[in-house]
Amino acid sequence: MQKLTHIKENPSQTAGPYVHIGCVPNFCGITGVYDQDLGASMVNDQTKGDRITVTGSVFDGTGTPLKDALVEIWQADANGIYPNGDPRGDADQNFTGWGRAAGDYDTGVWSFETIKPGAVPFPDGRMMAPHISFWIVARGINIGLQTRMYFPNDPMLADDPWLTRIEHQNRVQTLIATEKTPTTFQFDIHLQGPDETIFFDV
Amino acid sequence: MTDGPLFHRDRNWHPKGFTPDYKTSVVRSPQKALLSMNTTLSEETGPVFGHEMLGDLDNDLILNFAQPGEMALGQRIIVHGRVLDENGRGVPGALLEFWQANAGGRYRHAKEGYLAPLDPNFGGCGRTITGDDGGYAFRTIKPGAYPWPNGVNDWRPAHIHFSVFGRSFGQRLITQMYFEGDPMIPLCPIVRTISDPDAVAQLIAPLDMNNTIPMDARAYKFDIVLRGRRSTLFENRMEGN
Ligand SMILES: [Fe+2]
Repeated sequence: MQKLTHIKENPSQTAGPYVHIGCVPNFCGITGVYDQDLGASMVNDQTKGDRITVTGSVFDGTGTPLKDALVEIWQADANGIYPNGDPRGDADQNFTGWGRAAGDYDTGVWSFETIKPGAVPFPDGRMMAPHISFWIVARGINIGLQTRMYFPNDPMLADDPWLTRIEHQNRVQTLIATEKTPTTFQFDIHLQGPDETIFFDV
Repeated sequence: MTDGPLFHRDRNWHPKGFTPDYKTSVVRSPQKALLSMNTTLSEETGPVFGHEMLGDLDNDLILNFAQPGEMALGQRIIVHGRVLDENGRGVPGALLEFWQANAGGRYRHAKEGYLAPLDPNFGGCGRTITGDDGGYAFRTIKPGAYPWPNGVNDWRPAHIHFSVFGRSFGQRLITQMYFEGDPMIPLCPIVRTISDPDAVAQLIAPLDMNNTIPMDARAYKFDIVLRGRRSTLFENRMEGN
C-alpha cells in the first residue's frame, strides 16, 4: 500500500505562567525590545463601525479568576469582511481584526477596544450572527481553548447556523455577552462548573 | 481548487486538557466535551504580519536586551527550521514569537521566584517571520533547567516556548521546544501531558552540526507543523450552494 504524505501538527504545550515575556513583553516590564505589544491596538481614528469595549475574566473551576491568562480575539470588520484571507474582498484598511490582551495581574480582567463586527457567511451561504472568535491560553491550559462571543438581543441569534447546531441549547447563553452599557460588553469565560463556557474543537 | 476547511485536530496527539500530574490543569480544563465543528471563514482567516514590523535584533536574544557592547551569558546557539502545514508545504509569512529562561534557568518576570540570578543583558523574548520557503532562524543562549512548584521536586527540562501564527486563526498554536539528549525530558509532568511518545519526539530539536558556526554557536533544528487545509475539488461548488 502507498503511504499518505501528511505530517502531524506539532503537539501543543501550555503557554505557562511567563507567556507575557514572549507575547506582551512591554506589559510585563521588558521594555526596549519591541516598540509596543502586538495586538494592543485594533482600531484607529479612521476605523469604520460602532466602537465597543469587550471585557471579561476567565474563571477556573473554583470560581477564581485567572490572573495569568492571555486572550486573543479575531473578528470581521463592520461590513463582515475579515482583514486577511477573506476571499470576498478587502476589509477596512484601518482595522486589524486581531487583538491580544493579558489579564490584569491583580484582578484578571482583560479588555479590548474594537468595533462591532458585521455578519459573516457560514459555508452554505447562510449568514452567521455577528461574533468574535476567542483563543485562550494560560498556565494549566494544555492546548488553547477556542470559543465565540455573540451579542445579546441580536435577532440573528435564533437562526444562526453555528449556534443552532448545538445540542444543548441551554448552554448557548454561555456564548452571549452581557451588555453593561450600550458600548460595553462583558464576556466572562468559565473553564468549568455549571456555567462552563462552550469550547469548540474546530 | 481553493483552500477548504482546516484539517481536524488530532486530539489524541495533542495533550488532553485534564492531566492531573500537571496539577494546575485540574481546575483549568473544561469538563464538558469540546463541541466539534467544521471550520468557517471565522477560523480559516487570520491575522498576518509583515516583515517590516520586525526590528533588526528581534531574532537575536543575545543582543536584543543587552547593553551596548554587552552580550547575554550562556551557551550560544542558533535555532532554525521551517514552518510547514500538514500537507508538507512551507508556510511563508508565519510569525513566530519565542520566550525562554536565561542560562541559569531564571525568567525575567515579576511572578518568578527562583533563586538563580537574572542576567542584566538577557530579556528572554524574540520573534521572526518565515521566509518564502517557510524557513526561519534566530540566535539565543541555551536556557537552563529550572524547578517549579508542582510536585515537591519537579524541574522543567531546558526549553524554548513558541507562539506560532499561520494564515488561519484556527491554526494558532503554542508549544515548546526541547533539546536532544536532555535526561530531564521524560521526567517532566508538562512533557508527560502528551501521551504519544512520537508526539513528544516531535518537540525535541536535534543538534545540527552542519549548521553550527565554528568557534561561535551550535545549531539546533526545530520544524513546526501547523494544521493543513483540505482542497475543495468536490465541495462548495456553485451548484451545491
Ligand atoms: Fe518555561
